[in-house]
Amino acid sequence: MSYISKPKFQHPQLETNELGLTRRDYEGSFTTLCAGCGHDSISAAIIQATAEMSLQPHRVAKISGIGCSSKIPAYFLSKSHSFNSVHGRMPSVATGANLANKELHYLGISGDGDSASIGLGQFCHIVRRRINMLYIIANNGTYGLTKGQLSATADLGSKTKFGEESRFDNIDMATLAIELGASFVARSFSGDKKQLIPLIQAGLTHKGFAFIDIVSPCVTFNNTDASAQGYKNTWENYVSLSEIDFVPMREEITTSYDAGKEKEITLHDGSVIRLHKTGMNYDPYDKENALHHINQHKKHGKIATGLLYINQSTSDYHELQDTADKPFNTLTQHDLCPGSEVMSDINDTFR
Amino acid sequence: MPELIKSSKVKTITRVNDFIIKFANVNGSGSASANKLFVKSVFRMGIPVSPNNIFPSNIQGLPTWYEVRISDAGYLGRREGIDFMVAMNEQTVNKDIASVVPGGYVLYDSSKALSADLIRDDVQYLGIPLKDICLREFDNPAQRQLFKNIVYVGAMSAFLNIDFRILTSMVGEQFRGKEKLILPNIHALELGHQYAKENFSCPLDLRLKAGNKTKNKILIDGNTAIGLGCVYGGATIAAWYPITPSTSAVDSFGKYCKRLRIDPGTGKKKYAIIQAEDELAAIGIAIGAGWNGARAFTATSGPGISLMQEFLGLAYFAEVPLVIFNIQRVGPSTGMPTRTQQGDLLACAYASHGDTKHVLLFPSSPTECFEFAARAFDIADRLQSPVIVMSDLELGMNEQVCDPLNWDDKHEYDRGKVLNASQLEEIEKFGRYLDVDGDGITYRTYPGTHPDLGSYFTRGSSHNPYAAYTEDGDVYADMMDRLALKLQTALKYIPEPEVSGGGKNKLGLMYFGSTSMAIQEVRDSLNKKGIKFDTLRVRAFPFHPAVGEFVERHELTYVIEQNRDAQLKSLLKIECNANHEKMQSILSYNGVLVSAQRIEQEILNSMQSLENSGEIPA
Repeated sequence: MSYISKPKFQHPQLETNELGLTRRDYEGSFTTLCAGCGHDSISAAIIQATAEMSLQPHRVAKISGIGCSSKIPAYFLSKSHSFNSVHGRMPSVATGANLANKELHYLGISGDGDSASIGLGQFCHIVRRRINMLYIIANNGTYGLTKGQLSATADLGSKTKFGEESRFDNIDMATLAIELGASFVARSFSGDKKQLIPLIQAGLTHKGFAFIDIVSPCVTFNNTDASAQGYKNTWENYVSLSEIDFVPMREEITTSYDAGKEKEITLHDGSVIRLHKTGMNYDPYDKENALHHINQHKKHGKIATGLLYINQSTSDYHELQDTADKPFNTLTQHDLCPGSEVMSDINDTFR
Repeated sequence: MPELIKSSKVKTITRVNDFIIKFANVNGSGSASANKLFVKSVFRMGIPVSPNNIFPSNIQGLPTWYEVRISDAGYLGRREGIDFMVAMNEQTVNKDIASVVPGGYVLYDSSKALSADLIRDDVQYLGIPLKDICLREFDNPAQRQLFKNIVYVGAMSAFLNIDFRILTSMVGEQFRGKEKLILPNIHALELGHQYAKENFSCPLDLRLKAGNKTKNKILIDGNTAIGLGCVYGGATIAAWYPITPSTSAVDSFGKYCKRLRIDPGTGKKKYAIIQAEDELAAIGIAIGAGWNGARAFTATSGPGISLMQEFLGLAYFAEVPLVIFNIQRVGPSTGMPTRTQQGDLLACAYASHGDTKHVLLFPSSPTECFEFAARAFDIADRLQSPVIVMSDLELGMNEQVCDPLNWDDKHEYDRGKVLNASQLEEIEKFGRYLDVDGDGITYRTYPGTHPDLGSYFTRGSSHNPYAAYTEDGDVYADMMDRLALKLQTALKYIPEPEVSGGGKNKLGLMYFGSTSMAIQEVRDSLNKKGIKFDTLRVRAFPFHPAVGEFVERHELTYVIEQNRDAQLKSLLKIECNANHEKMQSILSYNGVLVSAQRIEQEILNSMQSLENSGEIPA
């Protein structure tokens, strides 16, 4: 419905955040996705997450590939620059953007076709390179824009709307990310805002490569009882690891930390992730355990969600490569060009 | 072996500073650095020299040749015929000796006798027992192998009259910091030199004489110059995937960045080189960086260009600055990866699906590789579009005598139309793709510039002047027309063609890139035969009007290029509506640089047949 422009009206008592901005300042244009699409819930979660944590909208760069998922950057954070690139290549564009200016927040939005098929190679390599960003996959197990083909994340045995059954094992993007060295890996469900919002906030704050695989049902093509990513299956088999809170660094931590019932994870800037209830017994620092946990659930037809793995002590690409403190895109000719005198010395070496 | 030499009554070539030497080696045997030592010593004697490395796509064990032209006249192109063969490869020795002109010389390792069928009575054999000398003098097995090369360079210094002090001082420079290596190298040079002097009448009739023709010149290859051009042009990000023959361009960038781009205060890098997983990622990284306001490039060759097509279309349509260096090699497909060609003109000019057109720059010397590399970043930023610098293996990987690289401190980077926060506040309404100035170039902003103004949605899908998605056909068509206008505006910023000959001649010669090395020789030789012509060297695409006019103005223009399908001529037809009857192709596509003789012969043949048919006055 992009032909209708969004009204500028806003409720005078709309809550403002630390920057004096309201939720409206974090919105985008009207969605053009199908009514009930899981992806719209992801957009809403991103809006709420960024507004609550008082992120400056213009300091976020949104980068996506191609597909229904990759359209969604238009529906949130309209004050951020956005780059809707080519199919499966968001990781390389995000890498380049991140190299050029390490001071922005990078939010990569992709889908299961975009990342698990055409872009699987680029996905693997951006994880390896430890690019500091939050990479989200809106995972619906199907190709929406081309009308309902199976994707590589569709579970073995799941069926399309047209009855086609997947005969192949799926690619699990969360285990892949863990294997390849991602330092923040979570899985969530577009329908579980309570879990998703703190994960997005933590992922945006985490320094290093953060990844959230979000099951996001496709209401038009992949919402049958036989599809693993449909609403029914997801609700029924959804296992939340823990309740989760995100406390940004700036916020005064008022509620006390109950050592017996909660687990605190402190991020590099002092922000805190709090895990409650079942999360208490889960060790998110243990890579092997995370893989085991995901696979065990899968074996029983369950979807393990929550913060699956974290390592706050890794370095990002810039630290590993020892790049200059100032972002490259602010370096001037004076910083970069050695000048004619040096040129003359260089010429002498070729005589 | 001296018997063979003494009995020989060969009438040898007598020539000074004008001959061809070919080194036939086995790749991976350490010959490359010895051969380079030889070339540089000639250069330092003030004599124009032009080496050409003919190497296999292999690491070790296959034949490799290093052809060196020495020309007082300064002719840098290839010339047919070998005057002096250094026959170090048993696999190819038959063909190598057969390729020597009558009266020429063959230097070989006489530790083992040459078989009878290799003995010609019209060439002079120069046998040096390289293996025996090295076995006797060196203990280390690696040195015994490697120093054979240095010993023959030492012998050649006696044969050809190379100033021995130049050689020794070069060894000193080469191994500065590794002093232990200097003495054995000099010893190896002396061994060769001594043996030649003692056993042959030195110098030969074919010899060098010191001059001053390389004064104020440098000896450098195009890829090294490109790397330096990127440093001077302010590139901070290189993203690439290794591919011959472009690899050394990125290596050069890295080498000079290590020296020139370390922040003195922190010791941190003001550059990043990222070896991507493939060419698709390489160009994607460069585009992401360009979008975010850093100068970025990728370097590749034909197969990489094929892979980059989709992204090139995105950069064109979404208007993102991007610099690509295409060091062309022989295609199609894998082709001959270590041979040269100018075969990617059409693939680059209109790269990607839909209506696209890209700026191409054609450097023809290392000096210009440097200049165009640095300038490409200004052009890309100004036009917000890809710029492809079209070099080739010949220019990229072979050293050439050329003018020093020149940087003008007064030149300021042109970052193009970029709005900062205060400019955004001054303007009425920002439209990323709104043609405010009427030149087809619109204003952009970097991400993160202003809290409320200037953000936009970059996309490869159809968009209106405010960057919003549109399927309105008229809006799309307007956008495409503006992009066409922008490529017209490009003419103000890209290098003009180089024209010479006064413009009064009936014949024209058009060429570009590495074939330029042959042109002076063609001109001089044909002038002697009373044939005069004007020349035009194409330096950029889209073509300036002068290019089409040149064809129009001449009765006949020979278009010289190194590909099968006359790609430059095709572009002239498409872009300038040039009359194809007034153009004749001279094509060469065997993977080696076209020689002046070949060009001259084709021109003479063509003129003869035209004369016979009465079509053109001689």
